[in-house]
Amino acid sequence: MKAPLILSVIISIPWSTGHAATDIEMKSSQALMLKAGEGMRLVAAQCSVCHSLALVTQNRADRRGWTDLIRWMQAKHGLWPLGEFEAPILDYLAKYYAPTSAGRRQPLGMDLLPKPREDD
Amino acid sequence: MQFKTYERPKCDRHSDTEGMRWYRLDLVLARIERHQRAVCMPKLKNPTRLTRREWLKRASKGAALLSVPGAASAVTAPQERTARPAPAPKHSEMRLLNDRPLNLEAPAHLLNDQVTRADRLFVRNNGLMPALTRADDWTLTFDGEAVSMPKTFTLKALKEEFEQVSLQMTLECGGNGRSEFDPPASGNQWTTGAVGCPKWTGVRLRDVLQRIGVQENAVYIGYYGADRHLSGDLSKSPISRGVPMHKALEPETLLAFSMNDEAIPLEHGYPLRLVVGGWPGSVCGKWLQRIRVRDRVHDGEKMLGSSYRVPCEPVARGSQVPDDAMCIIESMPVKSLITTPRSGQLCMVGRPLSIGGFAWAGDDAVKTVQLSSDFGATWQSAQLAEPVNRFAWQRFEYEWTPSKTGYFEIWAKATDVQDRDQPMVVPGWNPKGYLNNACHRIAVQVVA
Repeated sequence: MKAPLILSVIISIPWSTGHAATDIEMKSSQALMLKAGEGMRLVAAQCSVCHSLALVTQNRADRRGWTDLIRWMQAKHGLWPLGEFEAPILDYLAKYYAPTSAGRRQPLGMDLLPKPREDD
Repeated sequence: MQFKTYERPKCDRHSDTEGMRWYRLDLVLARIERHQRAVCMPKLKNPTRLTRREWLKRASKGAALLSVPGAASAVTAPQERTARPAPAPKHSEMRLLNDRPLNLEAPAHLLNDQVTRADRLFVRNNGLMPALTRADDWTLTFDGEAVSMPKTFTLKALKEEFEQVSLQMTLECGGNGRSEFDPPASGNQWTTGAVGCPKWTGVRLRDVLQRIGVQENAVYIGYYGADRHLSGDLSKSPISRGVPMHKALEPETLLAFSMNDEAIPLEHGYPLRLVVGGWPGSVCGKWLQRIRVRDRVHDGEKMLGSSYRVPCEPVARGSQVPDDAMCIIESMPVKSLITTPRSGQLCMVGRPLSIGGFAWAGDDAVKTVQLSSDFGATWQSAQLAEPVNRFAWQRFEYEWTPSKTGYFEIWAKATDVQDRDQPMVVPGWNPKGYLNNACHRIAVQVVA
């Protein structure tokens, strides 16, 4: 399945590091974009009915974790049975939004480090 | 500032996913329509309602105007004349974690004011915000198993009939710091910015409860707000939490109608909210309409299951914890935040650098704040101010004169009056990623 251009691939979190010109609306539209891949359309269609897709893109879980989240939304928040769509949705989420190991504490993020001086 | 009458908004519940509109499957179309009817009908009746998109547009415009360092704080439209505040514009450097529901956090360097400005206070919404409405018509109802005669007050009556109190109180999301847990915890991935300490004005919940007369079987209060569930299901509450009676009856627990001497901005609970010091922000119900005085622990939305609960006994990371082994979070743990300089600062060897920030400790006060510039090998005590009142964060200051060039990290570690320190690594893993009070760290490059 080819991803349409309109849903460009966002690999990293696209927050800019402090440009005044970057407005919240722009950040918002970027956060709504899912990584391109099989199952993306299903995820976009089903998950954005109730909440922003930013809630998908900022989270990481394995297949069991995503399944638990779906069950929780079904039990608590009125999510409908996903039926035949559940498996491809889980395939997509577990593949593109899988956890990466962070240990007990990550080093400071690159956006928080001193910038090299121009004369270096 | 001239108050503007907003155009009647179109129902745009899905306009923020316009690019995906044509992907909708037949299966969900019917449901979406149902939701739109449920969610948007009230919107059309109210010409002053801002859609989410308009809100963000206004927010970003306002922020662009105010993004100059040291610019005056963002202000709401003049409520006095109109009784309808516009949502406060947020600073352009606020990080948007989620736009439905709205969730924003502040980078640490934006929080350097003693009293947190409205444009820098984090937003944690669980549902959809209610429409702007006239504060004078707002009512608050008290009922529940431990109230013999339910009673409704208008906001005007609350203001007139009870003593008004102003207190600076720290508000922190229970999930602040969630992004550091491993394996990752689900939810908004807060870093360090879901905290702030504005000044609140309101009446004491205690005074009102005394007036209506609470029965001896009272155990807990539970709040209900005017926000709506994300699914559009009007029978569901997005969040309805509360506190035990001893906490509800503390003299600092407020029914607040002002923040920083202005009407509370819409996204922070206009026109009335609970403010309960030292506990997770989620107990401070926004858009407050109803308080139930319960004869049991409140069982509203997000009181049960794993919401705002941590394992009663510590667990290994990644554990599955059954609901009955999870306990409700009460006081937040000791924590601190370096708010100046901004992380990444360059400074000169031999020149003093002012380091400052805030520390807070839930129900307790902070006793000391120590700073390290050598990854925790040695610590120096910062100057620490007393809180202006109970539950207000405390300013710390330290002048650091680097004697060597190179890359340094400044770490801050607060200790509360019960001698509890902040941990250097992320504390006990829990399924929903609450209560990460690991020390704050910033980076500094010292040059010749």
